[in-house]
Amino acid sequence: MSDENLAGGSFEELAMPLFDSLYNFARWLTHDAEEAEDLVQETYRKALKGFHSFQPGTNFRAWMFRILRNTFLTSRTGLKSGMTVSLDSEEGEFALPATSETPETLLLQRSNQQMVQDAIEELPVIYREIILLCDVEEMAYQEIAETISIPIGTVMSRLSRARNALRKGLMQKLQGV
Amino acid sequence: MACDSWRNKIEAYADAELPADEMRAMSEHVRGCASCTSDVLSRIQLKSVIKIAGERFSPSLAFRQRVQKDLPAKKSSAWLWGWMPKLAASAALVVIAFFFFRGWISSQQSRTIAELADLHVATLASSTPVDVLSTDRHTVKPWFQGKIPFTFNLPDLGNTPFTLEGGRMSYLNQAPGAQLIFKIGNHRISVFIFQNRPDWPFASANGRSRSLTFNVETWTEDELRYFVIGDAEANDIHKLSELLKIAARP
Repeated sequence: MSDENLAGGSFEELAMPLFDSLYNFARWLTHDAEEAEDLVQETYRKALKGFHSFQPGTNFRAWMFRILRNTFLTSRTGLKSGMTVSLDSEEGEFALPATSETPETLLLQRSNQQMVQDAIEELPVIYREIILLCDVEEMAYQEIAETISIPIGTVMSRLSRARNALRKGLMQKLQGV
Repeated sequence: MACDSWRNKIEAYADAELPADEMRAMSEHVRGCASCTSDVLSRIQLKSVIKIAGERFSPSLAFRQRVQKDLPAKKSSAWLWGWMPKLAASAALVVIAFFFFRGWISSQQSRTIAELADLHVATLASSTPVDVLSTDRHTVKPWFQGKIPFTFNLPDLGNTPFTLEGGRMSYLNQAPGAQLIFKIGNHRISVFIFQNRPDWPFASANGRSRSLTFNVETWTEDELRYFVIGDAEANDIHKLSELLKIAARP
């Protein structure tokens, strides 16, 4: 099997720059260092095996994240994580009203990273992953859609719900401080 | 309400995901609408807070090497590995460790600067940007007494283009510090002062940089870490930094 230049470079040249991001994403999904390492290693193994079928010109990063995510979903932790947040009405529901004191301004004032990390941890996986892909990995909606295999409209509505859930969680934590 | 038609687009606007013409139209609306400006700012702040908090985990060097070892070696380097394996392996280890460390430091520094840029922007956007409002350094400095675990000197700004506007408490990595707001022309500059910490990525770094179009200068003086950040010219940031350095020296 050749690992050369199907998408403008060898597998290693394309895949290793994603290593840190994939590991970070895996840790957020699994909540466990050892499991995250297994997940990343398995992702690289599967990706290398299937590299000949990767279509040049398509999004390699989305392809790698999709493999990692699918591997996670079929793992014991992934199956237990329950991707079961209501998906029946994912269209619609967008804006949150703006207020003078928001979780964001309070957090910036207090610079409390731990609180944000706890709030992200507490989100259902389905919300956690979309927020991480959009705001940490800075993926475009289209790239997220490719990664988690959903339509763009669903990306937008799920992202909106995820952020609302995060803001709600943060507000509760801030009020409890 | 005039904003209703924009509300459904505000999240995509903050994510820079609207088509170009809608981005332009939305920007025009946001400029004239305080409510939407506040909403957009809030969403951008949330994205920024998530970005900083979300980049949380780094793989170990050993794990990276373990995965890399399982990948097919690049053809161009195969002869080299066969020729002098031990030497190459040692050199590669040193190089990887060096760049890994440099990369880690650089990413930590970028995060800190990004966080300070957020604090600066949030302060300017706030309805009460300063807690002590005074152009008199002899009023601003004593205000911090008992609020932060250190003291600092403020420069005499007579015959300079800078004006002190006031100060407020600030926090970085949960450590309290002082944030001072200076003005030059129409630009505002934040000066952050914290106790230097050995675990900070800046512990021994001095220098100037540019982040998110802000100019930044940082240094340590007498166990305090100073950050000067703003959208003013790099030269003005530097001049203010020099004034602060002179004031800090006994």
